[in-house]
Amino acid sequence: MTRSDGALRRFLFGLPGVDQVGAEARAAGLFTRSIKTTAKAWAIDTAIRMVDLTTLEGADTPGKVRSLCAKAMRPDPGDATAPPVAAVCIYSDLVATAVDALRGSSVAVASVATAFPSGRASLATKLSDVRDAVDSGASEVDMVIDRGAFLAGRYLSVFEEIVATKDACGPAHLKVILETGELVTLDNARRASWLALLAGADFIKTSTGKITPAATPPVALTMLEAVRDFEAATGDARGVKLAGGIRSSKDAVRYLVMVNEVAGERWLDPALFRFGASSLLNDLLLQRHKLATGAYDGADYVTVD
Amino acid sequence: MKFEYAPAPESRDIARLKASYGIFVDGEFRAGAGEAVKTINPANEEPLAEVAEAAPSDVDDAVRAARRAFSSWAGLPGRERAKYLYRIARAIQERSRELAVLESLDNGKPIRESRDVDVPLAAAHFFYYAGWADKLEYAGFGPDPRPVGVAGQVIPWNFPLLMAAWKIAPALACGNTVVLKPAETTPLTALTLAEIIAEADLPPGVVNILAGGPSIGEAIVQHDGLDKIAFTGSTEVGKIIQKTAIGKRVSLELGGKAANIIFEDAPLDQAIEGIVNGIFFNQGHVCCAGSRLLVQESVADEVIAALQRRLTTLRLGDPLDKNTDIGAINSAAQLARIRELTASGVEEGAHAWSPPCDIPERGYWFAPTVFTHVSQANRIAREEIFGPVLSVLTFRTPAEAVEKANNTPYGLSAGIWTEKGSRILWFAQQLRAGVVWANTFNRFDPGAPFGGYKESGFGREGGRHGLEAYLDV
Repeated sequence: MTRSDGALRRFLFGLPGVDQVGAEARAAGLFTRSIKTTAKAWAIDTAIRMVDLTTLEGADTPGKVRSLCAKAMRPDPGDATAPPVAAVCIYSDLVATAVDALRGSSVAVASVATAFPSGRASLATKLSDVRDAVDSGASEVDMVIDRGAFLAGRYLSVFEEIVATKDACGPAHLKVILETGELVTLDNARRASWLALLAGADFIKTSTGKITPAATPPVALTMLEAVRDFEAATGDARGVKLAGGIRSSKDAVRYLVMVNEVAGERWLDPALFRFGASSLLNDLLLQRHKLATGAYDGADYVTVD
Repeated sequence: MKFEYAPAPESRDIARLKASYGIFVDGEFRAGAGEAVKTINPANEEPLAEVAEAAPSDVDDAVRAARRAFSSWAGLPGRERAKYLYRIARAIQERSRELAVLESLDNGKPIRESRDVDVPLAAAHFFYYAGWADKLEYAGFGPDPRPVGVAGQVIPWNFPLLMAAWKIAPALACGNTVVLKPAETTPLTALTLAEIIAEADLPPGVVNILAGGPSIGEAIVQHDGLDKIAFTGSTEVGKIIQKTAIGKRVSLELGGKAANIIFEDAPLDQAIEGIVNGIFFNQGHVCCAGSRLLVQESVADEVIAALQRRLTTLRLGDPLDKNTDIGAINSAAQLARIRELTASGVEEGAHAWSPPCDIPERGYWFAPTVFTHVSQANRIAREEIFGPVLSVLTFRTPAEAVEKANNTPYGLSAGIWTEKGSRILWFAQQLRAGVVWANTFNRFDPGAPFGGYKESGFGREGGRHGLEAYLDV
């Protein structure tokens, strides 16, 4: 199956198609679930534990990253019961700073690599980027696939690049960013998901956050179906990370409903599901206050970063 | 379970239930001269309200009122009739929460469906036919199409408000006046629609709504003063109407035993949703329900396993809970019929499967059920169950699928799931069914005609075609 573009193509095109209208309707249906009181409290805390708190800007500095790490470990300075997030997600040159700041905590360091976000560089450059991140102490690597190669039908090249990256990761977990906004169709999202899973991705991730649309409900649905079906076929449970555009608690809770009802409750675990986000965490904290106190706080009652 | 959804009930007060309801004749609300009966909530068997039903003398009054109103209503310019219809449509939207909660209380269907399907579609039908009222001369029925006259309309309990809208909107748009009877177990939303109609200042007698049982239905069907009978309900009653509605135009929308056909190249995840929506929507109380699943043998095991996995996520319970997927069966009589037919399925050797679900102690409930190892000759593959019960059959070739799909006295709807466009078109021509859905199921739109072949009835509702039933052509 993984010997040539043709063989991979035959496998990927043998997967059931995705009907866009039907997928959108199903995602919209799941989003009408009404999650209240105890269920909402549980979902908000679970969502906090699933956040990869992210800063991926050209203007990032060690100071900004240290501040982010403090927030990752103790999201709510006034309430020790608010759980820490899953990881911080940063560029590879800042990994050492983050590792230092997070020492002794449960928060992991994730680094984007492979010429993020475009992925337009030679394989050697991409792999050296990955080694750089891992050598600095990153325990999770977020790579981007070569969307150009995927759209041109060079599936083997995409596959081999993921395999080589996984190899360069060593013990670090590999998240493979499909950038579904550039793959456009849900059929492509399903095929790219399977391609990445076959190549050894620990997680499949929707987007870089640099392209619109990023994580949309039907894309999330399609990727959750892929890990569900992959687990059914191989017994091997892989994760899904939604990144880009998820800013409100309401959306996060809706996605947890989708995870619960599509992939199954096994995936309601930071080891198998993540939100890549920056502003989402503050909204989760505000909603958490609201549930505890009955009143909404203003934006100045949570920290900016 | 990790993620336990807390109860999220819609408030019952929103329904603004009244202690008693009457009938609506000649623009006035009054107690019917018939029996006062209690309408109950099928989810807990508690009475909701008392309804003073109509007697045959009320039918006479209603028909006379409709006849008196007819010539001036038919004589109004179309754009004036449209104004009333738009007004009714907007009022349905304004009172949508009230109507949705009331419908779920009286019928047992989940609030998710009454809120997202029944009520919005009812408003959409009035909007749609309001648009036709001043354009009838362009509808393809001649330069100056005339209304039929006074129509008697008898509707079922499965979509009480929506069926009232399907019947009343095209009739009024074309200039007819009507006498409508909602089903005995579900009169409340139709009587609330009567309030909306009264508040819209519709001239007295144009719409008359009579609560009542089968005897009132019979009185309407046999009434000499009516020009047309429109009926939606069982094939059994439809046959009687066809014999007894002498000298009147008749349109009938009756039962079904629709095939939902899944090919091996179908978009499987969406097809599973289509199967669920096809048979478990509204507890399967849908005449066009996809109650026979025809699945290609090569993917049958995969489809059944995926369907069973999906069904374990369905939530059965309180119809007013916003997370409920499967509500209550509408009546004790219907529950008995579903039980009788499923028992026959087991007796005839089919295998029944249901997901684990807690059945409430009070009320009428039936767990979603999937029958495999079903033969074409079994009763559950031939008779309309009108409940959340799916019969799975398999086929090997397209020709076999057509043959099995058409092998039923009914012909209301069918569904086909494949990524191959040419096969969809070929299939749609082969199937003897009024509605053929491609890669979807149970999807309704006021612009799309709906109606049956064979014992599923005749005449079309919805779309331009739906005008024909109410025009003298």
